[in-house]
Formats: sequence, structure tokens, C-alpha cells
Amino acid sequence: MLYPDTVEAEVLVHKPWFVATMFGVVFAIFLAFNLTSTSFGELMRPVIGEPSQSGLYGRFAIAFVIALLFVLNVVLIGFASLRVQIAIVWFELLLLFLAFFATFHLSLPFIREKLPFLISQGVVTTLYVSAISIIIASLIAILGAVAKLSTNGFAYAIASFYTSFFRGLPLLMQVYLIYLGLPQLGFVVGAVPAGILALSLCYGAYMTEIFRSGIQSIDRGQWEASRSMGFGFSLTMRRIILPQALPVIIPPTGNQFISMLKDSSLVSVIGVWELMFLARTLGQKTFQHMEMLISASLIYWMLSICLELIQSRIERHYARSKVR
Amino acid sequence: MSAETIIEARAVSKWYGQFHALKDINLTVHKGERIVICGPSGSGKSTLIRCFNRLESHQEGDIAVNGIHLHPKMKNVADVRSNVGMVFQHFNLFPHLTVLMNCMAGPMWVKGVSAAEARKTALQFLERVRIPEQANKFPVQLSGGQQQRVAIARSLCMEPAVMLFDEPTSALDPEMVSEVLDTMTGLARDGMTMVCVTHEMGFARAVADRVILMDAGQIVEEGKPDSFFGNPQHDRTKLFLSQILKH
Ligand SMILES: Nc1ncnc2c1ncn2[C@@H]1O[C@H](COP(=O)(O)OP(=O)(O)OP(=O)(O)O)[C@@H](O)[C@H]1O
Ligand SMILES: [Mg+2]
Repeated sequence: MLYPDTVEAEVLVHKPWFVATMFGVVFAIFLAFNLTSTSFGELMRPVIGEPSQSGLYGRFAIAFVIALLFVLNVVLIGFASLRVQIAIVWFELLLLFLAFFATFHLSLPFIREKLPFLISQGVVTTLYVSAISIIIASLIAILGAVAKLSTNGFAYAIASFYTSFFRGLPLLMQVYLIYLGLPQLGFVVGAVPAGILALSLCYGAYMTEIFRSGIQSIDRGQWEASRSMGFGFSLTMRRIILPQALPVIIPPTGNQFISMLKDSSLVSVIGVWELMFLARTLGQKTFQHMEMLISASLIYWMLSICLELIQSRIERHYARSKVR
Repeated sequence: MSAETIIEARAVSKWYGQFHALKDINLTVHKGERIVICGPSGSGKSTLIRCFNRLESHQEGDIAVNGIHLHPKMKNVADVRSNVGMVFQHFNLFPHLTVLMNCMAGPMWVKGVSAAEARKTALQFLERVRIPEQANKFPVQLSGGQQQRVAIARSLCMEPAVMLFDEPTSALDPEMVSEVLDTMTGLARDGMTMVCVTHEMGFARAVADRVILMDAGQIVEEGKPDSFFGNPQHDRTKLFLSQILKH
């Protein structure tokens, strides 16, 4: 949260000029579309009569009602407490999304039939590919960060070459290079190990930079105090520097984890049966693409939400030593 | 003085690049001695005492601590450091550890003392700096004076042969200065060997066995407090004292 002032500002959504502007804008937008032939027009039949005959009056009435509902909704939410506000807004946005998906006329029986396989094969593969890659990437990142901060020429050169290369190439290219390139050198790798390798190396490179800047953000005095007590390098790093760097490192790392979860879909191009691969192929035979794509989207989203929750828990844990 | 020598610096010179920060420093610290170093800003006081636990390196001359010579290739620097406590101007407590853990960390992680033992020592020294009741707080929850006393306790827990203080009170509000000075005076009474960089002349007068004035990387004057304050030999010392005692 930003620094909260102890003097409460007037609620924006209760200021007359803001309410009026909001009403005007929403009204104008909906007036621009003719909604008389939609289901909302149907709902308005008692007021405007036969929707298709209602003409300008119908259009006007519909826009007016929508704008009124919208403004009323916002003003009412403005009275609620913070938590309730957040809950209501989330709920309403979700409803809008569901309404959007409903327009696809998805076949629920088809989804129900395929969902178990989508989860038992696709989600499981996605999860373990991402989890292994995340662990390897984190290890690479710590090593890379230390190497980039060291005075050892070899270590610095290797680490900076590595980050430059793997940050500089599209991940998709890396997946192909590793899967198709390594066999040229005599190592035949399976699709899954190749995918994990590509994800680890790519994300390790990004996270190296995150870890490096996190470590650098720690005051010199911490190193000096540790050194003056006789702590060696690795002890200082493990017990003093990294624990303090973690709160700095965790938010961008959480970002990386979430992003990796979805980028793991790129390994579908080399035929790994993860979530994305199945989402594209399962609906192909019966031309029910949307069903699988939307299901997979929702699953990706839910997995991301889990990661977000984990991240916020960890952040709260590390906030302990900051409270006064 | 025939007491055992703790720190011996002979003809020490140090450069930062082209800049000659320490020029031919000779200083011997005996066991139980209290030495106060003062001097204008940038005169090399911090640099000198940071050479004593090799937070800084010197290029010429020789420094020996407890008979161990400090040089770039030394293998036992941790032995020297765990024997030399250092208190910093900005405390440098470990903010992610509780006060108690700050004090237990050194003995446990460097000396391999058991947690129970380290805890006992830590509480004993926190008692000594008179803040045992803060043991389970985090450093940010303490006032500056309390933090500095924790920092002193943290160093004492390593049971060092000598304590180095680098302007321990100059980041503190006036009303907190005395609680830290009281703690340091108490340490001096108990016979701790101390090298203090400080501008607290009252403390120097009351506690020091020797007062040293540094200027431009050199030791200009060195003497017992009586003669240092009462009858300074060098114009530089007179000027410095007049400036610092003006207010
Ligand atoms: N890391 C460094 N690199 C270059 N020059 C430095 C460095 N550290 C200190 N110096 C220079 O060395 C000189 C002595 O510095 P030092 O910190 O020892 O002074 P000091 O006597 O402790 O001063 P103060 O009272 O301000 O703490 C100063 O001129 C400073 O600019
Ligand atoms: Mg200094």
C-alpha cells in the first residue's frame, strides 16, 4: 500500500462532478450503439414496447437505464468498506467475463468429457515442467548473481555472456535450438527435458539480474558488520545478505514464476503434452476449439492466482521485521 | 608498560588510488588500554581503525593483532576478526534478525557455540548494556541509542580482545549520546581494551589512557589526556581543540 494519510480525502465517486461526468460518458458510449435488438432491449420491452420498433426513443431509454445502473452501482460501492469494495468489484468483473464467454455458446458436456484428461495430463505436465524449471532457474540465478558481482574475470565473463545470450533470444527459438540443436552435438534429449532446459536457462538469465540487483540493494554496512565479526563469504551471503535481499527479490520473482507458468506453453511446439498442447488438439477433431481454449485459459488463470496468493503470503512473512 | 601487546602498527601507509590516506602510522595498543582517536573529518581515523580488523588493507608497513600479521594472503583473517569487536557509526545491526539473534549469530555461526550457550551469553551482555527486555524485538523497533547498545552487546558476545569504536555516538540524538557513552565507560572500567574514534572530549578526558590527534593521514599528537587537553604541543592540536570546544 502507498503511504496512507490519516486525514481522509473525500471519496472521488461521491463528488457530483465525477458522478455527472461518469453518467455522461457511459450514456454517450451506449447511445452510440443500437442495443434495441439485443437481449437487453428484450428486457426493456415493458418500457419501450416492441424493441425493433422503438427507434430513437428505445435507444435513448436503453442507454439511459444502463448509465443509471452503472452510476448507481459505482456510487453504492463507494459507501462500502475497502474489503467489500474489492470483493464486489471482483465479483462484477467476473460476471461480465462469464457473460462474455456465454456468448460463445460453449458445449458444456464436451468440456465435462475432456476436462479430466486436460487436467490429469495437461495440468500435471505443465505444473511439473514449470516447477522443475523454476527450481533450476532459481539456483542458476543465485550462482549467476554471485558470479556477476564477483571480481573473478572468468565467472563474470561466463555469467554476463550467459545472461546476454539467453535474454537476447526469443524463448521459442531457445526451445527449438536445444531440442533440435543438442542432437547435433550427440546428445539426444527428450522433448520434456529439452523444454525444461530451455525454460530454466531462459528464466535463470532473467532472474540472475533480479537477484543481482536485490543483492546490490543491501547496504554495505551489512557486509562490513558481518566481515567484522568473522563471517566468511558464504555465511554472510546465506544468513545476512540473501534473507534481506529476498523481500526485494520476491515481487519480481513472483512475476517471473507466473510468466514462466504460461511460457511453459511454448514447449508444446516440440510435442510435449502439456496444457496448451492439449487445448489446441483435443477440440480439433470436432471443431470445438473454443471449449478447450477457454477451459485451458481459466485453468492457467487459476494456477496464476495460486502463485499470486503464495507470493503475497511470503511477502507478508518478510514484512515482519519492518513493522515498527 | 610491560603489558601484553594487542595491536601493533609499524610504519603503516595506505593509499586510495593516488590519495595517500595513512602516512607512516606507528601505534601500539596494550592490553587494557583505552585509546581515543580524534581529528578533523577526512583525516583517516576510520581508515586506520578499519585497517586493524582488515576491513581495509594497508600497502606499506606492518600491522599485527594478537601477534597475527595482517596481509593480503592471510588465511586466518576470521581468527583476527572474531577477536576484534567493531562498533559502527550507523550500528549496522542485522535488521532481519531479532536483537537476541543479532547477539547469538556471531558465537553460533563463527565459533560453533551451541544455541543454548549463545543465548545465555547474549542475555548476559544485553543485561550489561541494560536492555534485556528488548531481546525479542527487531532492531527497527528500538531507538538509536538502544540500537547502538545492542551493537555493542553483539560485539561483546564474541568476547573480543579489543573493541574498536568508529564514532559510535555521532549518528545519535543528543539525549541518547550519554546512554551509549555510559555503556562504553562501564566497559572501560571493566578493563576492556578499547580504541575509540570519537569527538566526545568529556569521554576522552574521563576514560582515555592516551588521546591521539590525526590530521591528513598522520598522527600529529599523542599523549595522556591531561597533557593533551591541558598542554597541547602542536598548533594543529590547539586549533582542533579550540574548534571542537568552541560551542
Ligand atoms: N573507499 C575510499 N576510496 C577513496 N578514498 C577514500 C575511501 N574511503 C575514504 N577515503 C578518503 O580517505 C580519507 C580518510 O577517510 P576516513 O573515512 O578515514 O576519514 P575520517 O577521519 O574517518 O573522517 P570522518 O570524521 O568524516 O569520518 C578521506 O579523505 C576520504 O575521502
Ligand atoms: Mg570516519
